[in-house]
Amino acid sequence: MSATPAEVYTSMGLRESEYHEIVRMLRREPTKTELGMFAVMWSEHCGYKYSRPVLAAFKKYKEAMEGAGLENAGVVDIGDGLGVTMKVESHNHPSAVEPYQGAATGVGGIIRDILTMGARPIACLNSLRFGPINAGADESTVIERNRYLCEHVVAGIAGYGNCVGVPTVAGEVSFHKSYSGNPLVNAMCVGILPLDEVTTAAASGAGNPVLYLGSATGRDGIHGATFASDTLSEDSNANRPNVQIGDPFAEKLLIEATLEALQTGAVVAIQDMGAAGLTCSTIEMAAKGNVGMDVDLDLVPMREADMSGYELLLSESQERMLAVAEKGREEEVLSVFRKWGLKAVVIGHVVDEPVVTVRRHGEVIASVDPRFLADQCPVYTMEAEVPHYHVRAGQFDPSSLPPVSLSIALTTLLASPELSSKRWVYQQYDQQVQTQTSVVAGAADAAVLSPRGTKKGLSAKIDGNSRYTYLHPRRGGRLAVAEAARNVACTGALPVAATDGLNFGSPEQPHVFWQFREAVYGIAEAAEILQTPVISGNVSFYNETARGEVFPTPLVGILGVMDDASARLTMAPTEGAGKVLLVQIPGLHIEHEGLGASSYLALMHDREEGYPVDPDLQGEARLCRFLNEAAKSRLITAAHDVSEGGILFAAAESAITGNIGLSISLEGGKSEAATWFAEVPGQVLVFVPDSSAALQDGSDLASLAQSYELAITETGAYDQSNLLRVESKFGSASWPVEDLRQLYLNSLESALKMG
Amino acid sequence: MKVAVLRFPGSNCDQDALHALRDSLGVQADYVWHEEPSLAGFDAVFVPGGFSYGDYLRCGAMASQAKVMDGVRELAAKGAPVLGVCNGFQILCEADLLPGALMQNEGQKFICAPVRLEAVNRTSAWTSAVDRVIEIPIAHGEGRYVVDEATLAELKANNQIAFRYLDNPNGSVDSIAGVLNREGNVLGMMPHPERAAFDRLGLTDGLAILKGFQVLVASR
Repeated sequence: MSATPAEVYTSMGLRESEYHEIVRMLRREPTKTELGMFAVMWSEHCGYKYSRPVLAAFKKYKEAMEGAGLENAGVVDIGDGLGVTMKVESHNHPSAVEPYQGAATGVGGIIRDILTMGARPIACLNSLRFGPINAGADESTVIERNRYLCEHVVAGIAGYGNCVGVPTVAGEVSFHKSYSGNPLVNAMCVGILPLDEVTTAAASGAGNPVLYLGSATGRDGIHGATFASDTLSEDSNANRPNVQIGDPFAEKLLIEATLEALQTGAVVAIQDMGAAGLTCSTIEMAAKGNVGMDVDLDLVPMREADMSGYELLLSESQERMLAVAEKGREEEVLSVFRKWGLKAVVIGHVVDEPVVTVRRHGEVIASVDPRFLADQCPVYTMEAEVPHYHVRAGQFDPSSLPPVSLSIALTTLLASPELSSKRWVYQQYDQQVQTQTSVVAGAADAAVLSPRGTKKGLSAKIDGNSRYTYLHPRRGGRLAVAEAARNVACTGALPVAATDGLNFGSPEQPHVFWQFREAVYGIAEAAEILQTPVISGNVSFYNETARGEVFPTPLVGILGVMDDASARLTMAPTEGAGKVLLVQIPGLHIEHEGLGASSYLALMHDREEGYPVDPDLQGEARLCRFLNEAAKSRLITAAHDVSEGGILFAAAESAITGNIGLSISLEGGKSEAATWFAEVPGQVLVFVPDSSAALQDGSDLASLAQSYELAITETGAYDQSNLLRVESKFGSASWPVEDLRQLYLNSLESALKMG
Repeated sequence: MKVAVLRFPGSNCDQDALHALRDSLGVQADYVWHEEPSLAGFDAVFVPGGFSYGDYLRCGAMASQAKVMDGVRELAAKGAPVLGVCNGFQILCEADLLPGALMQNEGQKFICAPVRLEAVNRTSAWTSAVDRVIEIPIAHGEGRYVVDEATLAELKANNQIAFRYLDNPNGSVDSIAGVLNREGNVLGMMPHPERAAFDRLGLTDGLAILKGFQVLVASR
C-alpha cells in the first residue's frame, strides 16, 4: 500500500507526527477506515490529548478515595444499598450551528452515559452561556443571533428532556460577549442504581455475541468528535451535516428496554454509542476487557442501505447502545428491545486476541489492536503563559469607582439577563416527572430530589463563574467548587461528590492553556478539601470564533446527600416572621473590598477587573457541615448564599422568592457599594422563625456555629410587610418587594423579545 | 379493586401514576401494555401522561388506536372509572371518550408550573371530595382545550366541566382544565394529580381526585 497523502489525514484532524505514529504501531499503512477511526479516537474530544496531563490532578485524589472504598467507578455510595452517578457533557459546537438539535442531543448523550452504568436517570441539569441579548450590547445581527441561539437551545433541551421523562431540575444561564457565536451548552445527568447492579463496559468471554441495540444508523454526525475538537469559523455552517439528530421517543424506549434487559442477567457488558459511534464503543469495550471483536457491518441496521463501512463506523446517529451478552442467552436481551420497538441484532462476537476486525461486504476494512486507539493516544503538554491582562487586573483600585445610587444598582442587577430570574427558561422544562422532585428550580440554591425507596434526599447543582475564572483562573476553579457545594449545603445536604465540565478556548494558545491548568488545579484543590471527589468530567476546547476565545468556563456539578429529605431547606421562608442571621467564615482575606471581578463592577461600571476573593476552603467545608447539621436539627428553616450581586441581591432574591418582607441592617464597610455588593465567599443568610428557641444566647444555633468556627450575627428580620429594607452607616432605603419581583421575573423574557 | 395503568411506548408518567395509587392511596394497580387486547380483571383505568408514540402524527392520535383501548372503551361504557391525565387526556379525546381536543399552548411553549384550579363540578365521584380551589402542577406543550360552542354549552348544561384554571396558562376555551363525560365516570385533565399525591414532595391536593377511583368502584 502506498503512503497516504497528507491532505487525507489532515482533513480528518490528524497531525503528520500522529500519522507516522499510526504507521509505526500498525507496521503498515492504515486503511482509510482505520485512519478515520484513529482520527476520532485521538481527537481531544475522545482522547483528551491536551488535557490528560493536567487532569491527573484529579486522579490522585480519586485513587485515594478508591483505596478507602468510598468511591467506585464514578458511583457514590449514598447508603441503603444505593449508588448515585452523575456526569456533565458539553455540546457547544453542534449547538452553535444547529441549536435545537445540538442541545437536544447533548441531553440525550449524557442520559445514555448514565444509563450505560445501569442507573436510572433521575434528573438533568444544565449550564448555558450565550452572547449578550440586550439591545445595543453589540451589533444588532449579533444580538439577534444570540437570542435565536438562546431560544432554540432552551427549546431543544425542553423538547428532548420533557419527552424522555427525566426531570430537568436545576441549572444556570448567563450571558457575556465572549460567547457570541460560540454558546456553551453543558448538560448534566444524575442517575441512581442498586450498588450491586453496576454494569461494566469491559467486553469479555470469547464467543460471546456483540449486540447492536436501539435506532438504525444513518449518515448524521459523521466525524462529530473531530468537529468538536476544532475552532468554529465562518465555514462552520457547512458542518451542519456533522450535527446529530435526536429522537427522544427512541431514547425513552432505550432507557426502559436497557433497564429491563439488564434485569435478565444476560448482559455481560454495555456501553452507549456516543461520540465516534460504533468505533468508540467497539474499541473501548474491547480495550477495557483486553480482548478483541469480530464485527460484520453488513448486519448493522441502516437507514440508508448504501452506507460505506467508513460511514457506519463514524456515524454518530443517536439512541444506540452496544452490548456483549452471555453466549446462548442473547435472545433474552434481544427480545426485550424488540418488545419496546427497537432494533436489536447480533453484529459480531468477542475474540480472545486483542484485535478488532471489521468487515463490510465481506472484506476486512479495519483490523487493529483496540489498545492503540483507546490507550495510546499521543499526549501533549502545552506551553502555558501568564497573560498580561491577569497581571493588570490585580492593580484594580475600588476607591476610584464613582458612586451609584443603591436603588439604581439593585434594579439594574435584578433586571440584567445575567442575574435576573431564569423562570422563562425553567418553566419550559418538566421539573417533576418521576415525582421525586421535592424542591423545584428557583425555590432554593440547588434542586432537591426525594428518590423512591429511601428516606434520603439528594441535592444537585451546577455552577461556574467565568468572570472570576478569566481574571483569576486558580481562584475561579476553587470558587466554582466552593459555590456549588455551598449551594447544595444551603438545601441542608452534605456535598459528597463533584463532576466538571471544562470549557476553554484552544489549548494550543499558551494563555488559554494556562487558564485551563490553573482552573483545574483550583478545582482539584477545592474538591480535595471539601471532600467531594471529582468522579467524572468533560473537556471542551476550541471554543473560539474569529472574535477570540470564550471566557474560561469551568463548570462544577455537586451532589449532596441528606439523611432525611423532609429536612430540606429552600432559600426563603414563605410565611410568618422571624430573624435573619448572617453566617460567615471569620478571618477571610478580602482584597479589592470584595468588588474585584464582581457583577456590580461589570454591570454598573462596565469593568472586568480585580480578582475574586479567594475562598477559605477549610472554612467552606465547615460551613457545609454546619448547614447540614442545622437543617437536620431543624434549627433553621431557610438558607441562601451570598454570591453574584452581593448581600443585597441575595436578600432581594429571598424576599421575592418567599414573597415576604425583609430588613437587613449592616454596619457598613469601606463604601456603600462594598457593603451591599461585595462578593465574599462563605457568606450565607439563614432564617429562623420567631417561635424558635434557636436564637437565644448560648442557643443551639449559636453554639453549633461556634463549634464549626463560624461567625454568626443577627442581621435582620423577615415578616409579611412586603418591603425590602436596608440600612447601614451610609444610609437606608426600601423597596416594595412586588416591584422588585416584576423586574426579577420578567426581564429575561423582555430582553429576548425586544426588537 | 384493581386499577390498570396503561403503558404506551413513550408514556412517562406511568410509574408516577402507579406509585401514587399504590403508595399514597393503598390501591392495587398494575401496568398494562398497549398491546393487551383485554382489561379483564381490572375495575378502573389510569391513562397516564407522557409522549405516547413520540407525539407523532398528533398527540394521543396513535395511542387512541392501540389494542388496549378496546378494553378501555368497554370498561368506560360499563361505568367504570377512567382517568386520563395530560397525554392521557389527549388520548381520551382522540378516542372520543371525551369531547373536545387539546391544541398547542397559546404561548407556543411548554409550561411546567403549579397552577390553581377551581373545582367546577361539585358532585361527581372525582370532584365531590375536592376543595373548591386546589393547586396542582401542569407540564405540557399542547394543553389548550378547544371545543365548539354547541358542545361547550352542553358541557355547561350537563355539569361536565370538572376544573377551570384560575389563571388560564395556555389559552384553553373557557379556562377549562378538565372535563367529564356525560355519565361522570370518565375524567380527563391536563394538570397532574399524581404529582400532587406525595407528602414527601409537599403537594397533596391531587389525592382527593385520585380517591375518585375508590368512590366510583365502591358505588358500582
